[in-house]
Amino acid sequence: MKTSFFSITALLILVISTLPPAFAASNGKTIATQGNDKGATACFACHGTNGMGNKQAGYPYLAALPVNYLKRQLENFKSGLRQNAIMMPIAKKLSPADIAAVANYYSTLKNDLLTTANLTGNTSNPQAMMLFEKGQWSKGIPACVQCHGPNGTGVATQFPPIIGQPYSYIRNQLTAWQDGKRKGDPVNLMHSVANKLNLGEIDSLAHYLAMQ
Amino acid sequence: MMTSQSGILLLLLSIVPGICLAGENPTPAGSTPAVIKVKYFQPPLEKDIPNNQFGKMVTLGKNIFEHTGQYAGKYVGNKLQCVNCHLDAGRLANSAPLWAAWVKYPKYRGKNKMVNTIAERFQGCFRYSMNGTPPPTDSKTLKALMSYSFWLATGAPTNINMPGSGYPKIAKPPKAPDFARGKIAFENNCAICHGANGKGTQKNGQYIFPPLWGKNSFNWGAGMHRINTAASFIHANMPLGQGGTLSVQQAWDLAYYINSHERPQDPRFKGNIQQTDKKFHAHQCRYGDNVNHHILGKR
Repeated sequence: MKTSFFSITALLILVISTLPPAFAASNGKTIATQGNDKGATACFACHGTNGMGNKQAGYPYLAALPVNYLKRQLENFKSGLRQNAIMMPIAKKLSPADIAAVANYYSTLKNDLLTTANLTGNTSNPQAMMLFEKGQWSKGIPACVQCHGPNGTGVATQFPPIIGQPYSYIRNQLTAWQDGKRKGDPVNLMHSVANKLNLGEIDSLAHYLAMQ
Repeated sequence: MMTSQSGILLLLLSIVPGICLAGENPTPAGSTPAVIKVKYFQPPLEKDIPNNQFGKMVTLGKNIFEHTGQYAGKYVGNKLQCVNCHLDAGRLANSAPLWAAWVKYPKYRGKNKMVNTIAERFQGCFRYSMNGTPPPTDSKTLKALMSYSFWLATGAPTNINMPGSGYPKIAKPPKAPDFARGKIAFENNCAICHGANGKGTQKNGQYIFPPLWGKNSFNWGAGMHRINTAASFIHANMPLGQGGTLSVQQAWDLAYYINSHERPQDPRFKGNIQQTDKKFHAHQCRYGDNVNHHILGKR
């Protein structure tokens, strides 16, 4: 018994060690830079080499987002709770282990924006500033900062940072929540907020948060 | 001047009884209930705070209200802010708005069996809800809070139960409130913000979501420890931005669950839970009750 256990273990080690890294175990960095063996393309292509996204093209930053949030988004793309033509096919090619690994990888990247960018007291856009800092309680809209934290830099693992995400990304997310194309947010929090915003307010907020 | 003020008053008075009647009218069977759009009092906008000495005091009051620990720290014994239970900086109807409280004081309160001024009412908030020390009547803290409330109530009639005052009284629960159901409802609807252990959520040492029980929350003398009060607040205002979405039963179960946990002692406690319970807790609350082999109030 003892001998056969050891020989199987030795065989397994041999097999694993001869496989390329992506096959041996899910490696977040490898998936991000090269994709995986199932055909998922590299995250770097759109989300940038440092995970900071692409503001012009509207691809969001992933660097330093909470690991649980990233995981849930990939799971939601995979299940269709969150609909997106680019991300759904990619997420479907990621195993649960791949999702965990790549989410973990991005959560550990540095994101200077979260420590340097500043929206507090930005009076350039009074309508958006009010929504961001005070909400609009006559319509039952809480302030962005009440959940996403002061300056919109995120709170705990549930509420992601929103400051500095691209204009078109923020606008598209808020309308996706309205249209039911993005679901799976805890307690329907964002669906409920987005439904109370009109398109003018969404546009205004997206410009404000993107600082563009 | 006289005419325009009377005009506003008449307008407001005509709204008040109208709402009461509309609320009591039974809907005829089979008909679609009419949507009653209550026009609540509109306090002035923050940008209209006057740019003078009085305005400075109003602004300080607003700051105390929103960041109580930072601006009135020496009177605060927990991690709550006034705005946690009075949403939108004390402006929001049905979330115990300041403008509605301002016009109802002085008034008799059963809680301390005497006529209370608004200053005494604020002092009660600090003693119980903030688990702290009442600011002296002539303190800047109270002057500021009173200035802010007075300013919010600009143009409001006096000695009127304003629509939207306090928390709207919740209907009786279909079933007796239940701890186990409350726990499930809490985990599904509240834990995302307040944490599975009810201790709130912090960022960089600052509370983003308030603690609902434990040493950093309101004490056993605060209004919110009453199950009916908490149920009314929850039903009207929680989850944040989704008031009215929880069922009446869920709101009661949640209030029961949240208030079945230990919190700071009632400051009127003189060493005996049973006596304190008998003297000050003849209402819907769990003070002195045995929950999972622990007598609440005993910590």
